Amino acid sequence: MAVASVVNRRDFLKTGAAGGVALVIGFHLSPRAFADQGADQEKKTTNPFDAWVRITPDNRVTLILGKSEMGQGIMTALPMILAEELCVDWKQVKVQQAPTNPKIYDLGTGGSGSVAGSWLPLRRAGAAAREMLIAAAAQKWEVTADTCKAANGQVVHGNPKRYLSYGELVEAAAKLPIPNLNTIPLKNSNDFDIVGHNTRRFEGRDKATGAAKFGIDSRVPGMLYAVVARCPVFGGKVASFDATKAKAVPGVRDVIQFETSGRGASITGGVAVLADNSWAAIQGRKALEVKWDEGPAAKESSAELHKQFLANAAKPGKVVRNDGDADSVLGSSSKKIEAAYELPFAPHACMEPMNCTVQIRPDGAEAWVPTQAPQWAQGVIAEATKLPPEKVIVHTTLMGGGFGRRYQADFVMEAAQVAAKAAGKPVMVLWSREDDMQHDFYRPASYHKLQGALDANGNLAAWKHFQTSTSIAAKWSQKGAEDSGLGEFGSGATIPYVTPNLRIEYTLAESSVPRAWWRSVEHSSSGFVVESFIDELAAAAGQDPLEFRLKIIGGDRKIPMFGGEKEPPLDTARLKGVLQLAAEKAGWGKPLPKGQGRGIATFYSFNSYTAAVAEASVKDGAIKVHRLVYAVDCGRPINPEGIRAQVESAAIYGLSAALHDAITIKDGRVEQSNFNDYQMPRISETPLTEVHVVMSKEEPTGIGEPGLPVVTPAVCNAIFAATGKRLRRLPIRTEDLA
Amino acid sequence: MATSFTLNGKSQTVDVSPDMPLLWVLRDTLNMTGTKFGCGMALCGACTVHINGEATRSCITAISSVAGKKITTIEGLSADGSHPVQQAWMEEDVPQCGYCQSGQIMSAVALLSKKPNPTDTDIDDAMSGNICRCGTYQRIRKAIHRAASMQAGKAKSAA
Repeated sequence: MAVASVVNRRDFLKTGAAGGVALVIGFHLSPRAFADQGADQEKKTTNPFDAWVRITPDNRVTLILGKSEMGQGIMTALPMILAEELCVDWKQVKVQQAPTNPKIYDLGTGGSGSVAGSWLPLRRAGAAAREMLIAAAAQKWEVTADTCKAANGQVVHGNPKRYLSYGELVEAAAKLPIPNLNTIPLKNSNDFDIVGHNTRRFEGRDKATGAAKFGIDSRVPGMLYAVVARCPVFGGKVASFDATKAKAVPGVRDVIQFETSGRGASITGGVAVLADNSWAAIQGRKALEVKWDEGPAAKESSAELHKQFLANAAKPGKVVRNDGDADSVLGSSSKKIEAAYELPFAPHACMEPMNCTVQIRPDGAEAWVPTQAPQWAQGVIAEATKLPPEKVIVHTTLMGGGFGRRYQADFVMEAAQVAAKAAGKPVMVLWSREDDMQHDFYRPASYHKLQGALDANGNLAAWKHFQTSTSIAAKWSQKGAEDSGLGEFGSGATIPYVTPNLRIEYTLAESSVPRAWWRSVEHSSSGFVVESFIDELAAAAGQDPLEFRLKIIGGDRKIPMFGGEKEPPLDTARLKGVLQLAAEKAGWGKPLPKGQGRGIATFYSFNSYTAAVAEASVKDGAIKVHRLVYAVDCGRPINPEGIRAQVESAAIYGLSAALHDAITIKDGRVEQSNFNDYQMPRISETPLTEVHVVMSKEEPTGIGEPGLPVVTPAVCNAIFAATGKRLRRLPIRTEDLA
Repeated sequence: MATSFTLNGKSQTVDVSPDMPLLWVLRDTLNMTGTKFGCGMALCGACTVHINGEATRSCITAISSVAGKKITTIEGLSADGSHPVQQAWMEEDVPQCGYCQSGQIMSAVALLSKKPNPTDTDIDDAMSGNICRCGTYQRIRKAIHRAASMQAGKAKSAA
């Protein structure tokens, strides 16, 4: 963190984001814990500031930073933090998207990192502004600053009390030097009256009245609506097309062929039908005749991928981690078990289908994008339009779900290419549900072989985890398939269970199917596999699943994250804390109605600790989840109600990839198309969910994703407890329950 | 072809293709974007509006079929978000991304007009056509119960 210098404030003021007279403080958000692949997608700049606080004479406080609201609640949590130190009502603080100026590097939103990375920087910026406003008031009153106090957006002094509002002080405060942000005194946490208190969502009203504007609601005068015909086979190309019938559809204005390529492209291009309205564009695409050159991926299928998995699993993989000698212990152990697990591709299926609106003028471009990565969006539009990036303005809109899908720029690239050929007309490229389902970047499909050995005392003598998957790194890393495979395990390579012999192996499976970050990324698979297999070991040891976990987690210690030494270590005391809390609140060990079972799981991800207890049963070949009890420790809770909402959400999101359907491939294309053949969980399947938030005083950590990895293993372990059936492949199939 | 109907209490005429779904007429022709596109096949409920008081998926409802009918959208529920269902939605902090919530609210309002005090099973039956990818279902259930008591309270004080 650096002190804002006058030079950089001027840079900021020049962007126009500052407005007239204002107190402006620039600061730098902490780097988030996020996959390397995410970080190197965007070009870094050297500007030290990527976030700004602006206070104006009308008493308004604006927080300007590159964080997108996709439902996770940053428009509420971040203002709460700033307002706490600044001593204003949090609702006085408005979040404004940072302009996509390359000089103001914009981090994007992902990796459950917004609150964690903003906590200290926001507090320091708020405290600095508070101290400057107090100093300005002290000067006016000709008293010393230590006799003045800030409260409720005012500086107060004396008896009888006199007041100056922040707005009245802005002009004078803006002339004062900015204190050193590293040494600025922060509020004592015992005095917090915003942070840690349940707070309703800032934009809740707009979302209950239909007033909230999402990307798809962007309207630009003269705009056309476009839908795109894409090759159903990944990597295929347009061979030829006939637009005659499409152009005959009333309302269709143009048919444009375009190409996309390079980093982030998911297709090679397509044919866009541009019309006066979305419906005409959809009808035009139906009438369009396109012949595709499907390319080599047309041979791919899920059945073939499964065979590849089995062939890979029959051979040793690349050694990712090797402590001790797991192979020889497994070879000689008298009590060992082995099991294979398989997970399919999973779609993000954001409720708002992908869309992007671009307007290109001779002197610049403007775009309205529901994106988690505005800077990347700006880059691809600049490339498509041959404009310098600073001439491209990206307006980040609200988004109907992100979950990692909107960290991609493929849909922006398409819209930019189409708009570049649309003769100056603004264009929205709108995806249908089918487009969205069939051209996603999916959670990788993976196959895992687990082996474990128990010693005579029922301790974990050896643990071996082999994984083969269509890795994310192979798709995204600049090193390509040479990636070590560690990224596909995440916390699965740093299990909290004590064993002297730990071996992790990985083999890449080849596939043309695009894949990337799905909510909780690799932890969604690792959580299921590790926490299911631990449950199998508990059963093999004849021990209670909770007691077994507590026993083999062992004493309080901090385990360094394997391959991520800069990350905070896993604190076993906190992990046991959530396990015990969830178990206690769920009534672990108490009798359940006949036919129901209880299962437990715990996982560490995004530097947060979660545990869940599920109560489930099987009736007529279908699973019913009756109750979920969560305990989460994500450090100091900023908005406990927001945390509970995120965990409730992650639970349903996780179950969506376990209870119903898979994304499957046949003839190189996705077989599913809409919510009829890819079923989503519905209200009738929603278990009663309780979320217990640990009132920790540790640094805040992520919560958008960590609720997910534990839900599926907790449910599957509950089914095992209820029926004796061990569920090792997702989605859960009726025949596996019989 | 011109089609006339009543939209949120006002008469409205549009001149569009008769097979154009009401959803796109609302969103693209009339710029009323509160009603959302989710699936285009009546599978997700994001586009739910009321036609003569019935919750209806506007994405598969041809504009020609609503001639002379009364249509209510999320924008027509109240001028200021004061409808008890909207109030309950805010108080239970239901929305996350918020995209599906117009449709959820329209389905909930239709349910409560028929069953002022619905059971959990009634709620499951009436709301199972509305998908929420953020999984706000538990809060939707609570908000419907809350709205039911708010409306009951109102009815009582009016009586």
